[in-house]
Formats: sequence, structure tokens, C-alpha cells
Amino acid sequence: MNRQMMIGLAGTVAIVVAGCAAMQTGPTDPAIEAKAVEMMKTSFKDKGQAKLARLNQDETQHLCSVWGGKEMPKDVAEKIERANLALIKWPADGKLVGDWKQGEKIAQEGRGMQYSDSPTGPVGANCYACHQLSKQEVSYGTMGPSLHNFAKIRGYTEETRRYAWSKVWNAQAFSACTNMPRFGHNGILSEQQVRDVVALLVDPASPVNQ
Amino acid sequence: MTSTMRAAIAAIAFAIAAPAALAQGSTEKGIEAYRQALQDGNPAELWEARGEDLWKKRTGPKNASLEKCDLGLGPGVVKGAYAQMPRHFADADRVMDLETRLVWCRVNLQGMSEADAKRGPFGGPDRKSDIEALVAWITSESKGVTMAVSLDHPKMRENFELGKAIFFFRGGPHDFACATCHGEDGKRIRLQDLPNLTAKSGAQKGYTTWPAYRVSQGELRTFQWRLNDCFRQQRFPELEFGSPASIALTTFLAYNANGAAFAAPAIKR
Ligand code: HEC
Ligand code: HEC
Repeated sequence: MNRQMMIGLAGTVAIVVAGCAAMQTGPTDPAIEAKAVEMMKTSFKDKGQAKLARLNQDETQHLCSVWGGKEMPKDVAEKIERANLALIKWPADGKLVGDWKQGEKIAQEGRGMQYSDSPTGPVGANCYACHQLSKQEVSYGTMGPSLHNFAKIRGYTEETRRYAWSKVWNAQAFSACTNMPRFGHNGILSEQQVRDVVALLVDPASPVNQ
Repeated sequence: MTSTMRAAIAAIAFAIAAPAALAQGSTEKGIEAYRQALQDGNPAELWEARGEDLWKKRTGPKNASLEKCDLGLGPGVVKGAYAQMPRHFADADRVMDLETRLVWCRVNLQGMSEADAKRGPFGGPDRKSDIEALVAWITSESKGVTMAVSLDHPKMRENFELGKAIFFFRGGPHDFACATCHGEDGKRIRLQDLPNLTAKSGAQKGYTTWPAYRVSQGELRTFQWRLNDCFRQQRFPELEFGSPASIALTTFLAYNANGAAFAAPAIKR
């Protein structure tokens, strides 16, 4: 084999190997996953309200991690969505809509649950970190879709109110491994706070629908 | 610090404090312009100068300097060393990032206890960090050098894979992973641009510009600090300085940045 051919062949091999790396399909190798989890448990320490127990994953977090950055099979995604849908808690009094003015404050509030935050609150949802909501607020992120005119577009119906409640309570009931936190399910927001945020989305008087 | 620089910093502080008052595009452009203006006189130079002195200073129970510290290219070779870190060090038989290696040299060359060698990794208004200064100087000696982290050693390959798994590890009350905020191109949190650290260009931009002088904190911050503070935002407990997970994550990100010219210490908002 001459030198040129060898270089050519080496190039082909490199491309094939790189191609495989990019098309990685299966979940993370369980041995690597186990070792990574073990490594994390010795690499952190409790601080303020953020305790080591936060590293203990539930099944949803585990599946989303090992499939992170890869194409998740449809049946795994559906399993996650079904499990999370079943976990949605509805308010005992059936009241889904609170005060949009409080909801706006919660949507603006970025503090809460970091070890640098006060354990006695406030705890917000920082919806604006990821979403456009009211037109007045231009400091919004783009990780999620714009929610401006959320109910104006969908209709001021019971169905819209129920969807808003369940999405904020447990976003993974509708889209497995979404980047959106499960605010109600994980106890970030109280039932009343979820109600107020739902009002921000669905109240015809809310700035979101202007 | 010159008065022009102070004025520029004040302007940035204003732009950050009042984002709602400004159109998004122009805020970002404004900050970029100030960054450019500041680039000529980055206060990081003060940390670099102090770091060079510390490198040469005899100290510790063995009254030795760090001048024989081997950063991977041979004892005392600093130029270009950071662009190949993290790496596997045969003498310790483990993978180390720069900060961990400095701790190792302080223990082995200067005779410090591990606890003393690790003390004060992040400075504050009332105390300067020697580690931040040393890192500033050592990294500045790799400015312009092409990132070339090698995974040839099996422990490097393993650290890379572990770092990747940690990058995608979701947990805590918000279900966040590094990938939540740094896994897609062109996303923003509020008005802050988020580099996609899984893509080559994002990793190159996000990794090669650390350490950085943080205008908002008036401090030079290392990559260990960057990881520590992102885990705070992730609602995780505190990442320990020089911990195995921090080294694995750094290995993953540094390798993703291979091929880019190292560009730090930089200056950031
Ligand atoms: C960390 C990012 C993040 C935060 C914080 C966040 N979201 Fe989301 N949200 C997303 C993403 C990403 C999507 C799109 C994927 C999906 O549907 O889950 C989304 C989707 C939604 C949807 C569905 C939109 C549709 O048209 O079906 C609603 C409603 C919503 N978010 C409301 C909220 C509210 C209200 C808050 C605050 C209480 C919030 N989000 C906070 C990331 C976030
Ligand atoms: C909740 C959101 C969030 C999470 C989770 C997060 N980050 Fe960040 N990250 C940010 C923000 C916002 C910035 C920009 C910060 C700034 O400029 O002050 C940033 C900046 C960075 C940078 C520097 C980029 C640059 O160009 O200067 C790196 C590197 C980084 N993050 C790595 C990580 C890693 C690794 C993790 C996981 C341990 C992580 N981040 C988790 C929000 C996050």
C-alpha cells in the first residue's frame, strides 16, 4: 500500500468513526451512568437548602438523562408522558384560576430553591426566563415558545384552563423530557401559585392576552 | 483603572440593570462594544501579574517555589500547557485540571497540607485568592494557542464519557441539567445568550474565554468557579472545588473546544 493510499484510508476510517459518534443511538452505557452517578455523590456537599438528596433521580429524570442528546424511542417517551399525566393533582375545590396580578409577579420572580436563596422564600417560577408572556416585558428568554395571546388564540374555554393547569403542574405529561420544570409536581410552586400563574395565561384581562 | 474604563463599566451596569428599557438587540450590541473597548485594558492583568509572582515565590513548609511544577509539558514549562489540560498525569496516575494540578504541586513541591493548598479557591472583596491569580497567569501563557486536549489515555477517554453523562444528568426540583441551558443553538435565558456547549462552535466560545474578569463582581473567575456557579443555578448542592465530577465535566467541555485558539483571561459582564 503506498503512502497516499494509507492517508486516504486513514481519512475514511476517521470519517466513519466520527460519523458513528455523531449518530449515537442507544442510551448512555449503564456502567458509565452508574460510575457518573457515584462520582457526583462524592463531588457535592450540602449547602443551605440544597441537600445531596437532590441528586437522587426519579424515573423520569433518569430516563431523560441517559437519553440526553440522543433520539429517544417513541415508546420510552410515551411511557414518561403517561406516568407524568397520572401524577397531575387537581385542586380539591376545583378552582383552576386565581389572580393574574399575582401570577405576573410569580412569572417575573427568579429567586427560589438555590442554596444562595433564602429558605423562607420568595420562590418564583421565572416563566420569563424561557417565555415571552406580556408584550410589555422585553427581557424574556427563548428556551420555550412565546405565550403571548395564549388563551386569546386557544379560546377562553375550560379545556384551555385545564391544559394550562396541567402543563404548569407537570410539563412532562405532554412532552417527555421538555426543558420546562414540573412546577406543581416537584413542589416548586404551591397550589395557589399555580392557580395565579394559570390566571396569567387564561384570564381575558391578563396582559398575556392583550 | 482608568476613568474611561470606569465609565464603560458603569454603562454596562446600567445596561444590565435596565434591560426592559432597551431594545434587546441594542443591549447585546452595546455590551459587546464595551467588552471590545475593555479588551485593551482587561483588569485580569492585575491577577496575572500577581500570579506570576506567586509562581516564583518560595513558600510553604519546604520553602519552595512552583517553578518546578509540571503542568504536563515538563517541569516549569508554562507556555501552552493550559491548552492541553485536563490531562492524565503519570506521577499522580489520574486526570487533573489546572486547579487540581496546582493543588498537587503545592502539596508535593511546597509541602503544604491538602487543606491549605485548596484554601480560598474563589476570592471576595476581603480576601484575594492565590489560586485565581495563579490560574490567571498560567492560562494567559496559552493565549492564542490551539486547544489540543488528548483522549489517548484510557483515563482521559473515561473522564470524557463521565463528563458527558454528568452534563446530561437531570435532577433537583427543577429537573435541570447542564444540557437544559446549554444544549441548543441560539437560545436565551432572559436576555443572556446561552452557548450550546455540545456543539463545537459553542464549546469553543464558552470554554476558551474562561477564566474571565467579571465586571459585575470585580473579580477574576476561573473555570472551576463557572461550574460551581452554574450548578448553583441548576439548584444542585455545592460542587466541591477540584472534585472528580468537576474534572470530568471540564474534560468533556475542553475536548469539545479542541481546534479553537485559547482566548482567556477574557472579560465578561
Ligand atoms: C427552563 C425553561 C422554562 C421555564 C422556566 C418555563 N417553561 Fe414553559 N416551556 C418551556 C419549553 C422548552 C416549552 C416547549 C416544550 C413543551 O411543550 O414542554 C414550554 C412550553 C410551555 C407551554 C405549552 C405551550 C403550548 O403552546 O402548548 C406552556 C403553557 C408553558 N410552557 C407555560 C409556562 C409557565 C406559565 C411557566 C412559569 C410558571 C413556564 N412555562 C416556565 C420551557 C420553560
Ligand atoms: C438554569 C440555567 C443554567 C444551567 C442549568 C447551567 N447554566 Fe451555564 N450558564 C447559564 C447562564 C445564564 C450563563 C451566562 C452567565 C453569565 O454571563 O453570567 C452560563 C454560562 C456558562 C458558561 C460560560 C459561557 C460563556 O460564554 O462565558 C459555561 C462554560 C457554562 N455555563 C457551563 C455550564 C455547565 C457545565 C453546566 C452544568 C453544570 C451549566 N452551565 C448549567 C445558565 C445555566
